Amino acid sequence: MYKYDDYDQQLVDERIEQFRDQVNRRLSGDLSEEEFRPLRLMNGVYLQLHAYMLRVAVPYGTMNSAQMRQFAYIARKYDKGYGHFTTRQNIQFNWPKLVDLPDILTDLSKVQMHAIQTSGNCIRNTTTDQFAGASYDELEDPRPWCEIIRQWSTMHPEFTYLPRKFKMAVTGAPNDRAAVAIHDIGLRIRRDDQGDLGFEVMVGGGLGRTPMIGKTICEFLPKEDLLSYLEAILRVYNQFGRRDNKYKARIKILVHEIGAEKFAELVEKEWEEIRDSVLHLPAEEIEEIQAHFNPPAFEVLPAHSSAYSEKVSSDQKFAYWVQNNVREHKQQGYAIANISLKPIGGIPGDINHQQMDLVADLADQFSFGEIRSTHEQNLVLAHVKRDDLYDLWQRLDEYGLATPNSGLITDLIACPGLDYCALANSRSIPLAQRISERFGELDRQHDIGKIQIKISGCINACTHHHVGHIGILGVDKKGQEFYQITLGGRADENAKIGKIVGAGLSTDEVVDAVETLINTYLDLRENADETFLDAFNRVGETPFKEALYGAGKK
Amino acid sequence: MTKQVITANRLDDGLAVFYGLDGQWHSSVSQAACVEKGEAAENLLANASNEENQLVVVGPYLIDVCGETGTLEPVRYRELIRTKGPSVRPDLGYQSN
Repeated sequence: MYKYDDYDQQLVDERIEQFRDQVNRRLSGDLSEEEFRPLRLMNGVYLQLHAYMLRVAVPYGTMNSAQMRQFAYIARKYDKGYGHFTTRQNIQFNWPKLVDLPDILTDLSKVQMHAIQTSGNCIRNTTTDQFAGASYDELEDPRPWCEIIRQWSTMHPEFTYLPRKFKMAVTGAPNDRAAVAIHDIGLRIRRDDQGDLGFEVMVGGGLGRTPMIGKTICEFLPKEDLLSYLEAILRVYNQFGRRDNKYKARIKILVHEIGAEKFAELVEKEWEEIRDSVLHLPAEEIEEIQAHFNPPAFEVLPAHSSAYSEKVSSDQKFAYWVQNNVREHKQQGYAIANISLKPIGGIPGDINHQQMDLVADLADQFSFGEIRSTHEQNLVLAHVKRDDLYDLWQRLDEYGLATPNSGLITDLIACPGLDYCALANSRSIPLAQRISERFGELDRQHDIGKIQIKISGCINACTHHHVGHIGILGVDKKGQEFYQITLGGRADENAKIGKIVGAGLSTDEVVDAVETLINTYLDLRENADETFLDAFNRVGETPFKEALYGAGKK
Repeated sequence: MTKQVITANRLDDGLAVFYGLDGQWHSSVSQAACVEKGEAAENLLANASNEENQLVVVGPYLIDVCGETGTLEPVRYRELIRTKGPSVRPDLGYQSN
């Protein structure tokens, strides 16, 4: 993992003291709310429905056990005993007091964490594959590149006041688990014809009220040119992006309006000016950052373990957890363990302080002290010895963290919605809970197979509902909560925006509607191996639409 | 006649509060000063937004309410949630008291 150098620590510490002074000046009246608001937002402090909310950056979703323990401590000392992992791999605390926030940030800085650039029209936390550095299908660990982007973009003076917020994602594997195509910039590590590794660069992806899939403007960018090319993109966006209309200010609108080819031309022109500048990345600096992410000291383990096989055969509950939550690791004898934050009927992404402490302990005991957060609001221990999985599972189970539902229908993603969020139009969590309870029975989940349901409480689409296999958008219709369903979206390497299937459904109707869609799929699938998405792509929306609304209706 | 009260978030802890007849901010909507929508409401909002109150709360605004003094309830669900707490966590917010 990356460790702060003196500059990083000084930068964070100085920022906290600035913020402490700003809070004091707000409380004394020297700063008005109008003056203070942008300052608190730059430090990740929002004002939500019930209280302030602090969003803490988890850079590219990687944290160590000490950091997780500090989250537990903050949840206990300053908040209400829990935190919420977000769809951007960050963590939010929902009840901090303004007067405590400088102290919270100080406590975070002690474990090399901060909340800088988790809000505002700046470059946000770069997200990535939660299995980075562990997965069998990876070409290269993407996290050093995320860290290089983090260092370049942190307090970048030119990009602190962009037309709108700016999000990047990087994948190092061809199987895209980072949803790169729906980010302002998506980077995909790939090989060129000579076998060298570089980046495919996509721009202009994004969801919200104008959902778009990113367009590739560079098929292969040499690694050493990454920062100069990103800077060129940001410069073009900063210059030509719209500032007159908040809803048209994201880079996707610019790329759409002028076209990807023209946008690429502008970037190339700008890039030529700065390509050989200080932004050119020398190999030794890349290696220095990469060294922070060297693989841990894996043991040499046999390909087969009879002890493990015996546990799988003798304990059905464990076997289900392995089947659903454990993924193949690139290192023989090791496995990737998904920790579900989606207990049946629970609040997606929420975790209490005892669970945080437990995960920190288990990371130390079983996974080199490292933890990942996922954009699907779960956690991952990325490097667990296969022979330790049974002990790990037992400990997780004691704390309600062993729900065996990774990738299944109850592993649904939901934003805080109207229960917390000042922007929301409707609630998301209660709907997620009802769907989870409706489909909670594990045999039924296995029968349904892999599927992603994503629920957003407003059109800002924090859960990426447009690219859910089933997407659900909450809307306010004359004071009542209604839910609009989209079908057939996907966020992977074949990313696609789902189609709105028909008129919005009431709170009372929507869970039944999801069940109707599932039953329709089960009836028409060719065999048990055909997933919901595959079946939808084969037959189209009509059978699903007719099942929901009746034949011939819209 | 549409009745309105003024709500805001308290500056130091961010909690939802309501402007009372006594010129103080209260945690319960039932203690809010209730006025008719229009000039009376705007005048009350001007008081609630003065310099002194800006040191106590953030962003005062008017909301529609129904019921009588003592049993006032916001009309919009969003505001109702603010008077109680998250509907999914009855142990949190004002509803837990």
